[in-house]
Amino acid sequence: MAGGASDTVVRTGRVSRFVIYTVLIVFCIYYLLPLYVMVVNSLKPLDEIRGGGMLSLPQTWTLAPWGSAWSTAQIGIEATGLRPYFMNSILMVVPAVAISTILGALNGYVLTKWRFRGDTIIFGLMLFGCFIPFQMVLIPMARMLGLMGLAGTVPGLIFVHLVYGIGFSTLYFRNYYAQFPTELVRAAMIDGAGFFKIFQRIMLPSSGPIAVVCIIWQFTNIWNDFLFGASFADFDSQPMTVALNNLVSSSTGVKEYNVHFAGAIMAALPTLLVYIVAGRFFVRGLMAGSVKG
Amino acid sequence: MTQSVSARKGSGDWLREALPKIVLSPSLALVLIFVYGFIFFTFYLSFTDSRLLPSFGWVGAENYDKLFSLRAWDIAVNNLLVFGGLYILICCALGLGLAILLDQKIRSEGFIRTIYLYPMALSFIVTGTAWKWFLDPGIGLEAVVQSWGFTSFEFDWIKNRDMAIYTIVIAAVWQTSGFVMAMFLAGLRGIDNEVLKAAQIDGASNWALYRRIVIPQLRPAFMSAFVVLAHMAIKSYDLVIALTNGGPGRATELPATFMYSYTFTRNQMGIGAASATIMLMTIAAIIVPYLWSELREKK
Repeated sequence: MAGGASDTVVRTGRVSRFVIYTVLIVFCIYYLLPLYVMVVNSLKPLDEIRGGGMLSLPQTWTLAPWGSAWSTAQIGIEATGLRPYFMNSILMVVPAVAISTILGALNGYVLTKWRFRGDTIIFGLMLFGCFIPFQMVLIPMARMLGLMGLAGTVPGLIFVHLVYGIGFSTLYFRNYYAQFPTELVRAAMIDGAGFFKIFQRIMLPSSGPIAVVCIIWQFTNIWNDFLFGASFADFDSQPMTVALNNLVSSSTGVKEYNVHFAGAIMAALPTLLVYIVAGRFFVRGLMAGSVKG
Repeated sequence: MTQSVSARKGSGDWLREALPKIVLSPSLALVLIFVYGFIFFTFYLSFTDSRLLPSFGWVGAENYDKLFSLRAWDIAVNNLLVFGGLYILICCALGLGLAILLDQKIRSEGFIRTIYLYPMALSFIVTGTAWKWFLDPGIGLEAVVQSWGFTSFEFDWIKNRDMAIYTIVIAAVWQTSGFVMAMFLAGLRGIDNEVLKAAQIDGASNWALYRRIVIPQLRPAFMSAFVVLAHMAIKSYDLVIALTNGGPGRATELPATFMYSYTFTRNQMGIGAASATIMLMTIAAIIVPYLWSELREKK
């Protein structure tokens, strides 16, 4: 969103303003309702949910569902809770985000400041890779991971996310560096600075904002991924999303809705926190790929 | 990292010329192999007799013939049309409406925007879990309204074969409509106010201002929203798995879930590859013209 954007000049009267605020508030409730449902029901005993009290506040407040979801709930065959899977997700996300962001920065730098014939085509090829349905790569990727000895491991997942994250990270840095004055780079070249020196001394110091955007985007996407996790992980390397789905959809025993809700919040918390702390950058990342100008 | 120094010497000229390309080449190689090589591989498999494992016995277009005659595929495609159509339509309508309302110099606009957009930060598995139990007639909305005394209230769409696909629409719209709102809001903020002022002086009503001047100028935002939503609809997989797991029966199967189950659980890899190919082609038909125009403009 452009900083100097102006409000509309359209004028509205008293009654219509009242209507506008009412509608806006109703939609606030609509968007917040599922979050409210998750939070209150993760803090009440199971029988309160079963009695048709999903929308009421807990009569007896309890943290037991949280404890259960974190460390004792049955996931698949083992009663480990979500904790090990949370760790898997972290182990997977951090390297995948770091490497794809660094590669994206270098690619964006080359594609804007060291242009050569055919660079737009290369960028187009990378960009199209962001949008393909990943169903198209599942079969060969499963085989390739097997050949590389990474099948069913966290490093395997890191590799997959890194490969399919390059397109977006390149997009961000390319569009950002395209605005960066090429004259500065030229001047440095004339002074004898080389490829990496220019990158390190001139480009990197001003890359803060776009790095944040890129890291947030990659973090959110990779943390929230389900398809790759479900396809390529073993029981002991599953990410959080896959474990949560196993917890919720397991058909054995009593359905502990309160534990499911607690688990869902745990899976949502990291990305939600990032959104609350750095929402501005999150929105910029969302828009960068989709809005002209 | 010292190449840049030696690059200035005569012997390093070649290196100096090539260094940017060398830096770019690992990424390019990864993309060429893992995107385009793999696309080609899957495309090739769709013409083979692969079942449990990839196999290279050529069978021509047989998999496509089978695919198009399968009722399960028919259902998945029909579901995608219903789901995708409603999803795009409702997201756009809701997104545009909320954006216009939020553009009326609203107090604490930033706060409201934050609330509208946060679902976008969640995983579809989380969204699916929340809505799965909220829509469950046994404990969710139906049970709550009944416990308020409206004992004849019924809302069992998620268990109802004819209605279950609409619950996917409900959850997906909840997740993405705030994002579409943000896209339209960005578009609204880019509109030239002078034209609006001139029209106001000519006595145009607010309704006419929006219908005649503002909304037509949002064409690029509509285009972007359509492209983003359409490609998300076609790729929808996680949400269906978490919310209904394709059921009841096959009532909420989509091409993405079809592909997965035929390839990995029913051991019909050839047919699965054929269905993935169809998905790719549909998305390419939407994305390629869009990327093409975007990249050409920026030159």
